[in-house]
Amino acid sequence: MKIQLVRLAHARSGDKGDTANVGLIALRDEFYPILVREVTSERVKDHFKGICKGKVERFKLPNLQALNFLLHESLGGGGTLSLMTDAQGKTFSTALLRMMVEISDDEAKALGLG
Amino acid sequence: MKQTIRVAAGQGFWGDLPEAPVRQVEEGPIDYLMLDYLAEVTMSIMQKQKARDPNAGYAKDFVPLMKRILPACVERGIRITANAGGVNVRGCAEAVRQVARELGFTGKVKIGIVTGDDIMDRLDEFMASGIELRNMDTGEALATVRDRIQSANVYLGAWPMVEALNHGAQIVITGRATDTGLTLAPLINEFGWRADDWDKMAAGTIAGHIIECGAQASGGNCQFDWQNIADMANVGFPIAEASPDGSFVITKHDGTGGRVNLPSVKEQLVYEMGDPHEYITPDCVADFTTIRLEDAGKDRVRVYGIKGRQATDSLKVSISYTAGYKAVGTLVYSWPDAYDKAQAADKILRARLDKLGLRFDQILTEFVGANATHGPLAGNPPSDAPEVQLRVGVRSSDRSAVERFTKEIAPLILTGPPAVTGFAGGRPKVEEIVAYWPALIPKEVITPTVEVFEA
Repeated sequence: MKIQLVRLAHARSGDKGDTANVGLIALRDEFYPILVREVTSERVKDHFKGICKGKVERFKLPNLQALNFLLHESLGGGGTLSLMTDAQGKTFSTALLRMMVEISDDEAKALGLG
Repeated sequence: MKQTIRVAAGQGFWGDLPEAPVRQVEEGPIDYLMLDYLAEVTMSIMQKQKARDPNAGYAKDFVPLMKRILPACVERGIRITANAGGVNVRGCAEAVRQVARELGFTGKVKIGIVTGDDIMDRLDEFMASGIELRNMDTGEALATVRDRIQSANVYLGAWPMVEALNHGAQIVITGRATDTGLTLAPLINEFGWRADDWDKMAAGTIAGHIIECGAQASGGNCQFDWQNIADMANVGFPIAEASPDGSFVITKHDGTGGRVNLPSVKEQLVYEMGDPHEYITPDCVADFTTIRLEDAGKDRVRVYGIKGRQATDSLKVSISYTAGYKAVGTLVYSWPDAYDKAQAADKILRARLDKLGLRFDQILTEFVGANATHGPLAGNPPSDAPEVQLRVGVRSSDRSAVERFTKEIAPLILTGPPAVTGFAGGRPKVEEIVAYWPALIPKEVITPTVEVFEA
């Protein structure tokens, strides 16, 4: 079944120049392996089509049950150069949480995600 | 040696809640108050202020704040670390000294200052000696913007502040010091940590990272269960309660609003994170993948196990330069067909700008209420949307083009789609852009200076 990331994770995002960072944190520790499996840099790059013009890097933080993504060339030049409402990438966090991910019915059942 | 040192965050940025530092001092026990005033472009704003008035160029609000809290801080031995000095550390310290004297602390309070971060006057010397100061993001040589540079400051770490504290400074004022150093310095000073005890340096750095954005660690901007975070009107700012072994507890004063729990601390830990294995500061390289967190009761999160590595040979430099002009114009369209009307207005505007032959480096249209935050991910807004704001921004090195653009917004009210409003603010303002140029410089060419004097 398909499930929206907002049911599996919370997030916070920010900027470094023209790069947005999104820290994605599992809502429950058991969800972390799903994030690792499903939320790959390729899928994130595809999800942010038209927004992220550079590459996407992913880093694992199993100690925080979190993933950190760097979305390069995403903020219209970044900082004061950017004309965007969200020049600091503060809402990239919830933009990522819109993503749909795939989990098996058995997995959903085991995790209580009906 | 004290077994616990409480470092309280009073400010997440220049312009944060004015009452927060006062409440950190008044509403519970703390040993140190750290105040972060400097964002990336703040130095250039301060440089401009100093150019107009040689006595300006620092965080002015810091002075009345000291007037308010210094008596309590002196009485209870609370010491203050603040990068409030901006580009005029001496001017800031002089103003604080004046306040201390007015309060009757002449000869009773020591003020420490850290300078040596300002390298504006040394740029040509550095460039001539082969230090290129290339842009860390783009790789460009600094020579391309040399004539447009407004300010250049090195990020100094904790050690100069430690020296000032060692010499008895009650208040330490710096220019461009790292946010994390403001927290690490008190811990080094109290616990006598060695400079090459990288795990401890990393622990103090991460404690600093967690509290440096103020309430963002204690319930502010927290996505996890935000609806149930109580009493945000009365939000308590975070406090790091540190132990000599490098572990610490993130907490806040009893009776304040907000929340400190695992999710609130995790969200702040990942904020503005790059490669978590290497969080580079002047003092160490901290490894965020080694952090262990533990729920330690209501509004208490214990942080431990942190590992660090040797600091690098470089310091980061924050350079600001002028980079053209920009302006943003907005209009609000109402139901029915609000989105269609806003789109039609954008087309008309762009056709007029084309016809005028105006050249922009960038032009961006957003529809607030439809796509300003999530772009194409948001899909189309509902057809019965009550209103949509048209927001158009332009950027150009040619000021006159941006100027001309600002005159094309208001006319849309009488010459475009109907049911439009939201122009009370008048013509959009043309803003000169001061952009940020991050670079690296070898540590050995920079010498911080520490002075401590009586009020």
